[in-house]
Amino acid sequence: MKKILILGAGTGGTIMANKLRKSLDREEWDITIVDKHKTHYYQPGFLFIPFGIYNKQDVIKPKADFIPAGVKIIYNDIDRIVPEENKVLLEGGKVLNYDFLIVATGTKVDPTETPGLKDELWQKEIFDFYTVEGAVALREFFETWQGGRLVMNIAELPFKCPVAPLEFVFLADEYFTKAGIRDKVDIIYVTPLPGAFTKPKSTKMLGELLNEKNITVIPDFYLESVDNKEKKIKSYDGQEIPFDVLAIVPVNKGDDMIERSGMGDDLNFIPTDKHTLRSEKHENIFVLGDASNIPTSKAGSVVHFAADVLFDNIQCAIKGRELRAKFDGHANCYIETGFGKGSLIDFNYETEPLPGTYPLPGIGPFGLLQNTKMNHYGKIIFRWIYWHILLKGKELPIENEMTMAGKKR
Amino acid sequence: MAQKTVAGVNLEVTDDGYLADPSQWTEEIAKEIAKEENIELNDKHFEVITFIRENADSGLTIRKVGKSGIVDIKGFYDLFPGGPLKMSTKIAGIQKPTSCV
Repeated sequence: MKKILILGAGTGGTIMANKLRKSLDREEWDITIVDKHKTHYYQPGFLFIPFGIYNKQDVIKPKADFIPAGVKIIYNDIDRIVPEENKVLLEGGKVLNYDFLIVATGTKVDPTETPGLKDELWQKEIFDFYTVEGAVALREFFETWQGGRLVMNIAELPFKCPVAPLEFVFLADEYFTKAGIRDKVDIIYVTPLPGAFTKPKSTKMLGELLNEKNITVIPDFYLESVDNKEKKIKSYDGQEIPFDVLAIVPVNKGDDMIERSGMGDDLNFIPTDKHTLRSEKHENIFVLGDASNIPTSKAGSVVHFAADVLFDNIQCAIKGRELRAKFDGHANCYIETGFGKGSLIDFNYETEPLPGTYPLPGIGPFGLLQNTKMNHYGKIIFRWIYWHILLKGKELPIENEMTMAGKKR
Repeated sequence: MAQKTVAGVNLEVTDDGYLADPSQWTEEIAKEIAKEENIELNDKHFEVITFIRENADSGLTIRKVGKSGIVDIKGFYDLFPGGPLKMSTKIAGIQKPTSCV
């Protein structure tokens, strides 16, 4: 019996377990997946919790519901990978051998990387919304807040779901407008990027939208520390920004297990061939999604597109053939912009987000780099698609490779 | 792409002033570009620039330079005030770092 081992039963690991089990002979291939948690989080939904749009119950389901019959799931902490010996050590002493390994352990926020961040004000006046605990604590804070300076800051690049902090400030604008205190709330968006976003066209569009909604952008701010006494964030070049409440995207890192295995870069992301998705060092190890260092967004849509490529390449690797599928870095992100509208961006390694229609050229129904009600519905419907189609590795009517059809330069 | 003469060499540069061909770089060119940014290069600058040229293909970040053992992040800002990564890569004659989204 030959073995495929998947580490991480999040979006990527779950999709791969489903795709591989359907295609590989059960007499020939054993598939095992390991994760420390039993709960699957719909992470795009965390954003809506602080504003009372979703509850905790809306974003969780048991992982076991999405793992197909014929795949063995083990709930256990992973100690380390020993790539030279083709084995993975679990906490508690169990050893798993593999012929092929897929690492899909994702990225996590680490507030301890920034001095003063996880200190006395943590989850009192400083919150993250990348954990369900942080999102729920922030909701409780907002329910009784009377107004002041709301600062949204991104500590480090790269970070998971690069549009989420933008969506956060757009939704905050709507939330405090409806609460009747928008005139008492200053919303300030503080980013290490040179503008609202990374690439020129989307930065322009999103920058104008922020301006329209009276949200201040402070670019080129690289966070050094948080002062809990004076309630200020401080940058390496001496800028100081006071806050009454701080929403933070803490430093993102790959799993600690990657570090213990000696396989990561300085943020524990695994050096990975950006086209084949194979580890740069080990022939029989593939890396899917946020755990890799490929230069695209850390986001579920990327994992979903990349999973098609990885699936093809695993088939090649099993047969000892050259890897023929090439990932193009395709990402597709809905951006909630508040008041029932949304925007959409679609891009890859080579092509920046451009205006147009998606997925059907000239028809849509979604508008790229446009602010429409239909885009908002897309985001809302996506939660259903995620649980029922995407995780199970079923086909969606969109191509994994980005297309220029429907886009305008 | 534009043409520019730096330190007596005719160079092709991008719209925001980065060398199109990193192999054309010399220390003299670095000094000239630095001067335009009001920086007088010293040995420490060159140590950082050497590190940046050697790691050009590995996804450079400010954090990575801060862990290089040559300077910490604060020191990096002191050497290249404002945008240390943007400025140092320009002076080092490599491509502008793309912050991935």
